[in-house]
Amino acid sequence: MTLRLDSLGQRYGDQRVLHDITLTVPDGQLLCVVGPSGCGKSTLLRTVAGLQPAREGTVTVDGTPVTGVPDQLAVVFQDYGRSLFPWLTVRDNVALPLRRRGLARAERRAEAERILERVGLDGAGRRHPWQLSGGMQQRVAIARALVCRPSLLLMDEPFGSLDAQTREDLEDLLLEVHRTDGTTIVFVTHDIDESVYVGDRVVVLSPAPASRIVLDLPVELPGGRDQIATRGLPEFVALRAEVGRAVRGS
Amino acid sequence: MTRVIRRDRNAARRGRGNPARSTSFRHVLLRLLVLVLALALWQVAAQAHGSVYFPPPGRIAHRAHELWFSGPVRRAFLTEAAVGDVLPSLGRMAAGFAIAAVAGIGAGVAVGRSRRAYALCNPVLQFARAVPPPALVPVFVVVLDFGTPMQIASIAFSAVWPVLVNTAEGVRDTDPLRLDVAAVLRLNRVERLRFLLLPSALPRIFAGLRLSLSLSLILMVFSELLPGTADGIGYTLTDAQSRSDLLTVWAALLLLGVLGYLLNTALLAVERRVLGRGRSTA
Repeated sequence: MTLRLDSLGQRYGDQRVLHDITLTVPDGQLLCVVGPSGCGKSTLLRTVAGLQPAREGTVTVDGTPVTGVPDQLAVVFQDYGRSLFPWLTVRDNVALPLRRRGLARAERRAEAERILERVGLDGAGRRHPWQLSGGMQQRVAIARALVCRPSLLLMDEPFGSLDAQTREDLEDLLLEVHRTDGTTIVFVTHDIDESVYVGDRVVVLSPAPASRIVLDLPVELPGGRDQIATRGLPEFVALRAEVGRAVRGS
Repeated sequence: MTRVIRRDRNAARRGRGNPARSTSFRHVLLRLLVLVLALALWQVAAQAHGSVYFPPPGRIAHRAHELWFSGPVRRAFLTEAAVGDVLPSLGRMAAGFAIAAVAGIGAGVAVGRSRRAYALCNPVLQFARAVPPPALVPVFVVVLDFGTPMQIASIAFSAVWPVLVNTAEGVRDTDPLRLDVAAVLRLNRVERLRFLLLPSALPRIFAGLRLSLSLSLILMVFSELLPGTADGIGYTLTDAQSRSDLLTVWAALLLLGVLGYLLNTALLAVERRVLGRGRSTA
């Protein structure tokens, strides 16, 4: 799915949050949006998700202006503890979006189990989210996002509150999903390393107020991505430095 | 969440049969001991005083047994008086409470779902809740005349407010992030209600139901105290009083206390069962 932002602006009252954001995300790209905290990254995602109307400019998905939540869109939020429904089992959480597709209960459950296995949670379906670790809960949230096979996946600092090891595992899971499904992904993060490691392209927003795009950088790294080897590549170090300078505004 | 985890851990520890279990067992024993002591004190004091107005608990319990629980086995030991007075009372209370619960939850969801509806209705609700419920009974007497419909209406109308207000606040307090999730998952209205709004409001709904239950009991008795009633525990109370049968008055009070305790315990058990899957009431 191709996502287009055309001079998008957002404001809360007098406070300008986003200013003149023009950006095209081609089908199948994994775009990372980086910026200091409070720069409107989440507002950007909420606007694309149709949770909040654009005050200025337009957002289009495959040429259709976004007015409500677009079809084929899924979102992973940072706060997995709040985004999952604690009164449902893991399997029922994951199967919830499938109701819309009119599948029978048994089919929904089978599909949920299948996707849980894919994110490495086979056997956890009957448990409740609060019985799982943070990393596992975020895997559940990812499974719930993937279960309807979205063509556009938005992720709002999804690994921000996880420990380093878990975060690396989930980054690799995300890359694997992206490689196999070819989903267009917009990945918001404040972690510069993460953006360069995960992204095909990194966009840096300026600090608040009135954030705009200060850097738009394609990430070209040789070979497959590997947590140890890739992060040691001179190309990786150079890209990271460039993104870092843009974030700091120097 | 932390509380839940702690509870799980406690449960696990208790399962292994170490000090935690005997502590809770001691706790139960201690509570029983306090109850027995209080009853004994009452018994001794009443016997020493020897007043006809304050009979000892032993005689009260005996009278209660005689009045209501000495019936034939095939009627589960219930006497004619129990069938004629206690059951109609409980039936009216159940009907009134059920109407209050259904109407309160329904209206509460409707009011709580919309910020504007909540803002508009809140003063009215607070006002309606502030009126002492028994004061409304005379109104129902005028509108509906004496009898069961009046009594049920009094109970329902008084008990509806706590459920309604609590449900509305519970629904209104739904986590905004979860509302975003529901929007992104494109849940329809019914699904949103069933999978998000009701479950997340449930602890508050139960808090309201507990208040409503005790109000139902109060209103049940109160509506039966009025002239023109022909049966019920409240009627037994006024009838015995007019005959200066103090022992029966005390027996009726004892029965009401026990009923209130049992009903509340039953509701708590339901609540624990429904919310039990790792959620606290708070």
